[in-house]
Amino acid sequence: MSEEKLSGAELVVRSLEYMNISTIFGLPGGAILPAYDPLYDSPIRHILARHEQGSGHMAEGYAQATGELGVVIATSGPGATNLITPLTNALMDSTPLLAITGQVASEAIGNDAFQEAYTVGLTMAATKHNYLITNAEEIPQILLEARHIATTGRPGPVLVDIPKDILNQKVEWIEPKLIDLPGYKPTLEPNPKMINQAADLIKKAEKPILYVGGGIIHSKANEELFELATKFQIPVVTTLMGRGAFPDGNELCFEMPGMHGNYTATTSIQKSDLLIAIGVRFDDRVTANPKFFAQNAKVIHADIDPAEIGKIREPEVPIVGDAKSVITGLIERLEGSDLKTTDWINELNQMKKDYPLSYIQEEKGPLKVPFVLEELQKLSDEDAIVVSGVGQHQMWISQHWNFTQPNTWLNSGGLGTMGYSLPAAIGAQAAYPDRQILALDGDGCFQMTCQELITASTENIPIKIVVFNNGNHGMVRQWQKIFYKNRFSASELTHHTPDYVALAESMGATGLRMIEKSDVKKVFEKMLEINDKPVLVECIVDPEDMVFPMVPAGGSNDVVILNEDDLKKL
Amino acid sequence: MSERILSVLVEDKPGVLARVASTISRRGFNINSLAVGPTNIQGRSKMTIVTELESVEQVKKQLNKLINVIKIVELDPENTIESEVLLLKVSINKDTQTSVIEKASLSGAKSVDVGSDYAVFEMTGASKDLDKLENLLKPFGIIEMIRGGRIAIQTKL
Ligand SMILES: Cc1ncc(C[n+]2csc(CCOP(=O)(O)OP(=O)(O)O)c2C)c(N)n1
Ligand SMILES: [Mg+2]
Repeated sequence: MSEEKLSGAELVVRSLEYMNISTIFGLPGGAILPAYDPLYDSPIRHILARHEQGSGHMAEGYAQATGELGVVIATSGPGATNLITPLTNALMDSTPLLAITGQVASEAIGNDAFQEAYTVGLTMAATKHNYLITNAEEIPQILLEARHIATTGRPGPVLVDIPKDILNQKVEWIEPKLIDLPGYKPTLEPNPKMINQAADLIKKAEKPILYVGGGIIHSKANEELFELATKFQIPVVTTLMGRGAFPDGNELCFEMPGMHGNYTATTSIQKSDLLIAIGVRFDDRVTANPKFFAQNAKVIHADIDPAEIGKIREPEVPIVGDAKSVITGLIERLEGSDLKTTDWINELNQMKKDYPLSYIQEEKGPLKVPFVLEELQKLSDEDAIVVSGVGQHQMWISQHWNFTQPNTWLNSGGLGTMGYSLPAAIGAQAAYPDRQILALDGDGCFQMTCQELITASTENIPIKIVVFNNGNHGMVRQWQKIFYKNRFSASELTHHTPDYVALAESMGATGLRMIEKSDVKKVFEKMLEINDKPVLVECIVDPEDMVFPMVPAGGSNDVVILNEDDLKKL
Repeated sequence: MSERILSVLVEDKPGVLARVASTISRRGFNINSLAVGPTNIQGRSKMTIVTELESVEQVKKQLNKLINVIKIVELDPENTIESEVLLLKVSINKDTQTSVIEKASLSGAKSVDVGSDYAVFEMTGASKDLDKLENLLKPFGIIEMIRGGRIAIQTKL
């Protein structure tokens, strides 16, 4: 076997098999064609997207649902440039992704050859790391390194660019060596001294808050977090990326803080005397103006990425390490201590009663997204995966859906990428063919990547799509109402609206529609019964509805706008 | 404001300078000087970055995230030897020739080429000494000047 010569392309496919990759997403073209030939005989499932952005989000959805590497493959030039959005998205949300791109032949590089783009340069700031392969022998080793970088430490996207002549070069398979990267040694185990200091602060705190995010989910530390919070009675708030890291419905869970977070979560941080921040990055959508953020609190900040610590807020106790080890260390160190947090928890529960999330669904009035969501949740499985677009509907889902398990909430948090939902849902369903995958999208977002409905039909991927049709870029409209005197410049989508039901049917999916309150239950029941093909429900909702609470960008979290009347405070 | 000097050990891989430069500009860090060259270790290069940033923690952390960056040390100015190379071409004429050459050589510069209407000097030394030479020769008309970027090494083990 060692005598046998393989092409670079065969090495790519064999390396993916060697890494036990079962599913990849992509779209072929000239420079990557050699790799598609051996793929034809491989047991790896290749899902053909209709646009490379779609293939990238599919790989992200796959990775975010499973916690494992997502793989996407594209051609040179436009194939690679179309991947820049999903790569940046994965970088912002720390999703482990491997992108393999074809490149023009080595001797043509730099000559503006047909479909040449400087992929390594273009994606330098969109990836955790990237490579240009110059010798086919390196392929197995570099692909393994790429996976290692993508999946360890703070996960992220890695791109490997391979010129066409290298894909055609015949070499022997060289068994990959143990990976040793002198400049890449993530710190997983926290410094015990720091854990001790953190535990000492926690023991003394009267109003502690666990402020947790995506890092818990990446680290698979939700059980440890549950133990820490419940054993020592510490209230928890979960960021947009951390929804599901701690179960909604638990009496210690106060859900999402921030710009559209609930009043209690946002205010709990403002009143807290100790923020225990784990796997979060003090994003501006959480902190608003950081000058006014948690002014009364000392901060313990634990993250696997040292650069996040002190970037926005200087903590009293910095901890570099993996969330799971950090939390385990804290539990050990706190053993036997009795935190006096009962008053604090009561105060927060009272606040929650006084300032509930609310909406009014009139019997004959237009549908409200929160109502529709609550009805849908009643009918769907506990482990259903919800995949959102970006905008008002995204905030309503995060507010009103009860997330009880990690990896059941997929959304584009950091980059806020419209068009993410449908393809990411396809990726999640490819990983879990038997689970309910719900793509809950806005009409604006849906129109960005709706061609991937064909991908879902062709591949028998029975995702369930709900398009919340408010005829608007609703979130933009909301800002125009509040900050631009109702001047709705370029936010209306109603001049020509697709017939969503017909569009779905034309793409091999089932199309349904709901307009009134009495439709909701029966249409959703019908939707959830269809499991042999994708189904789309157009849900016509109130175009005038706004998301509250709201803290305007750059404002202070002490001033939470609770409803339309409250806008006078601005 | 006082200067801070970072000594950055990197893998000698294609694109490493672009990665470092891209990180610096992406994060909006202002730098005064960046010099790069090989070291005594096979496959390793050293970059010397001089900045006036009040805090270099973020720069260090962001650069450390780069896979090809191995180690970053902030040099202690008390125990650091710094050097920079300069090439300077200045106008001369019959009247100024002697005085220019004399001034330059007293400053520690070496004349490497002298024509009828120009002279080229080379000088290696601390950046402030190179600044002095530049100021001294400015009145005669500097035609071109290039500096190589500052490099630095700690004196103690
Ligand atoms: C690719 C991209 N372009 C523009 C935006 C800015 N943007 C944020 S929300 C939004 C409107 C989203 O509209 P829709 O999908 O209908 O959701 P809604 O707010 O109506 O629920 C826009 C345009 C974005 N986030 N992403
Ligand atoms: Mg909309």
